Amino acid sequence: MNFSEVFKQSNHLCKVSPDGKYLATCVQYRLVVRDLGTLQILQLYTCLDQVSHMEWSSDSLFILCAMYKRGLVQVWSLEQPDWHCKIDEGSIGLVSSRWSPDGRHILNTTEFHLRITVWSLCTKAVSYIKYPKACQKGIDFSTDGCYMALAERRDCKDYVSIFVCDDWHLLRHFETETQDLAGLEWSPNGCVLAVWDSCLEYKVLLYSLDGRLLSTYSAYEWSLGVKSVSWSPSSQFLAIGSYDEKVRILNHITWKKIVQFEHPATIDNMKAIVYKEVERRPAVVSDEMSLHNITMGSTLLSTQSKYEICPLPVQIPVVKPEPDRANPKIGVSVLAFSSDSRYLATKNGSFQVQSLNWHCSGDSVILLGKDQLCLCYMDTDHEEK
Amino acid sequence: MKFSTQVADGCTATMPESSQAKDARCCSVECRTPPLSHFSQSSLPLHRNSHRLSTFCTEHNLQECLSHISQEVSLLGLSPGWTESVSSSQLDVVAVLNCMYDLIQLHHRSLRTLENMEMEQLKLSSNVDYLKINNTHLKEEVEVSKRQNTGLLERERQLHLKLKSLQNCLKNEKEEVQKLQNIISSRACQFNHEMKRREREFTKLKERLNQLLADKKDRKPAIDVLNNIGRADGKRSLWKTEKTEAKHEGEMYRTLLSDYDMRQRELVLENAELRKVMQQMKKEMVSILKSRKLIPKGENYEHNDTQAASDEDDEVFDPSKESVELFCIDAREKLTNSIRLQWRRLKSHVERLDSQVSLTRMSESNIDDAVPRENHEEEMDRLKMEIQRCKDFIQKQQQLLQKQLSCACNEDPVSLQNDGYMLQEKKRLGEEWKSLEEQRKSFERERRNFTEAAIRLSHERKIFEEDRGTWLKQQFLSMSPFGNSKQLHAPKSSSALLIAETEVRAPMAPETPSECRSDSASPIPGSVSLTPSSAGDLECQLCLIPENGVTYCSSKHGKSEHFEELSPLCESISLRDKQWRESEDLSSHSLTPEKSSSI
Repeated sequence: MNFSEVFKQSNHLCKVSPDGKYLATCVQYRLVVRDLGTLQILQLYTCLDQVSHMEWSSDSLFILCAMYKRGLVQVWSLEQPDWHCKIDEGSIGLVSSRWSPDGRHILNTTEFHLRITVWSLCTKAVSYIKYPKACQKGIDFSTDGCYMALAERRDCKDYVSIFVCDDWHLLRHFETETQDLAGLEWSPNGCVLAVWDSCLEYKVLLYSLDGRLLSTYSAYEWSLGVKSVSWSPSSQFLAIGSYDEKVRILNHITWKKIVQFEHPATIDNMKAIVYKEVERRPAVVSDEMSLHNITMGSTLLSTQSKYEICPLPVQIPVVKPEPDRANPKIGVSVLAFSSDSRYLATKNGSFQVQSLNWHCSGDSVILLGKDQLCLCYMDTDHEEK
Repeated sequence: MKFSTQVADGCTATMPESSQAKDARCCSVECRTPPLSHFSQSSLPLHRNSHRLSTFCTEHNLQECLSHISQEVSLLGLSPGWTESVSSSQLDVVAVLNCMYDLIQLHHRSLRTLENMEMEQLKLSSNVDYLKINNTHLKEEVEVSKRQNTGLLERERQLHLKLKSLQNCLKNEKEEVQKLQNIISSRACQFNHEMKRREREFTKLKERLNQLLADKKDRKPAIDVLNNIGRADGKRSLWKTEKTEAKHEGEMYRTLLSDYDMRQRELVLENAELRKVMQQMKKEMVSILKSRKLIPKGENYEHNDTQAASDEDDEVFDPSKESVELFCIDAREKLTNSIRLQWRRLKSHVERLDSQVSLTRMSESNIDDAVPRENHEEEMDRLKMEIQRCKDFIQKQQQLLQKQLSCACNEDPVSLQNDGYMLQEKKRLGEEWKSLEEQRKSFERERRNFTEAAIRLSHERKIFEEDRGTWLKQQFLSMSPFGNSKQLHAPKSSSALLIAETEVRAPMAPETPSECRSDSASPIPGSVSLTPSSAGDLECQLCLIPENGVTYCSSKHGKSEHFEELSPLCESISLRDKQWRESEDLSSHSLTPEKSSSI
């Protein structure tokens, strides 16, 4: 693996364009756009303040830079470097800003989640959406970009509004049976919306596109519930990771649990292969994590390390979370399906893994840790789920 | 005195005076050791005693009686009170009375002691009885208390078990309580966290509100764009009208419908696949059941009938209905029900076959190829056990043998048992030996018969050959000119011929050739002796023979070997033939076929 020189960035703002040609990084108040192949700087923009959030538009023509402190959003064009756009939210403040799927509208969430302002770059028109819910994932666009689902809360009740992204027409608005809606996610085929409750109650609701409740799923009561939810790319499965360290998978026909995976502290399943990284430097702590067949390791740059297969049974170091702290670091927090829906990678516990991403071919997965990354290739010949 | 015994027996006998004293003494001895019963009957016989007393003492033996009585009294420990020297007629009445009184006192005393003793004895016996009763009571009580004890122990054990189970329950409950407490604490923690977060937000909101109220300038949200950019898809934006709303609705429903459509298509395909699989399964099951119907013979006859009926129904059912019809619920149900039925039948059939296989395994030793592993293992275990048993038996036998060889026969039941085994073995072996002997004898007999038959056969053959030879000779002689002269030779030569023939032709038994040889041994010298006489003739004839002999013999080649071996003798015959031919060709020609036919 070859690495380029190190480029500066701030706030972890470093994104590749959706078409894969450009790389944009933010350094304090500057926006640097490079060509991905040559890493030459193509454009350089200067924003009014330190950039808090940066996002490419879906057609890779525009870049959004949001400065939350100042309540400003600036939009830059790659085709026309002279073109500029500034959105000032005023005294109402800015908490988050994002593009719409068509790349022509910007949704700004004001402070205290008072409202969502939809700015149109085509018509300079403004739309307001009242009472958005401040939760883990309160807004989600469908994969084809046609619809947007928004969680709202009015009068101590949760609602979901479905908008048509074309003209922000409110298609459906319905109440959900949740106590405290924590998140919602469209299925990849855009027909089903999964809605889940906060961790105090294990409840996953499935609504169809037209607002009908299809099914409810609740694995248990009282204990802390859902931590993460993920659809399979084929929309056939819904994986629910919960605080009891288990992953439950529902099928799309009956919406009943078809299988349940556990994350035991001792792995003695004969089919599992555990890779452990062995480092020469004893001082550095090497994180261990086991998925179905994969473990994580450290960088390959400076440390001499190699992976060896551990003989079963393997004891995974478990850190018991503090009992009197909220949002304990237990449970399945990250789920990732491979692109062919054959494999599921999960992260359980307090391991320092921030993201899991599969390659689109479905045979390799990259694990990002706090200061380590690991790329795992799977030999699809002798792989079993 | 006699009186006591007389009282008992009731016989009175007058005793001679000389022996009275002795008798009295004997009686006195007897008096002292009579049974109590005599004395208990004291009152009654006393009347009788008065009669007897008179017989004891008379005027004549007064002195002796007196002395005797004084002796007795002194023996009893009383002073007699009179001396013996006093004259017989004078008796000290006072002393006598005193003595009598003493005696009476003694008697009373003894009666009293007797009574006391009787009382004592009664008491003791009653005591014994009482103790016995007590004993039985106590034993019963002991039994009862033992039973109670066991009952109590049992109860205690049950209570222990109950205690353990309750402890387990308690432990479980405690664990559950602990778990619930953990849950409660985590929930409380979460709630508190949420509360705090909201409170913080609230305060922030309040501050902001204050700030906004205090703030004079109110920055309005605004957008500042250099120029409007076109839409991503290039189309113009439309006004929000009912039409657009309807269009949106329509599009949404279209998406949903297409999704359902796709799903339904997939499900239909899956259903078709599954139905195909089910049909195939059913067909295979039916075929298997049909083929196996022949195997179980009698027991399942009724089942077979019902099976056949339903199978026919199913088969009639299947091809007639189209796949379209299977879409309806009834058809589906029928299919699933029929498959369930077939499967149940197949399962029961397989179970039956398994049991049959195990049964046949027990009776026969043949093992089929398709043997289930459990039966195989059972078989293996059984064989292993048998091997072990045989080994033990052999070891025992060895031990017994050693015992027998080393020491004398013990009276242990074990060795006796082993001896018993040995005897059994011996008996069995003896029987087998006998049977073998019989067989051997029968074989011997048969062999002897065969040999005798062979001998007879050889004899008969010999005779037959002799006859033939003579007959031939006669034939020759009748036809040949040298017949008379040769008649002498012929029988001998023929006999030599015959002998040689028999010599050659006797493969029957080893004895017969030797016999033949022994027989032929004698005439051969004869023939040997014969030939030199005609050697000259033969030689001059032999040189003429070769081709004839050869032709002659070769003509007979096909018949049998021994004719070749008889060639020297054949030559003698053919010699004659030649001679005849020289004389009469026709006759020789006619002869040869004759000869051929005869021979």
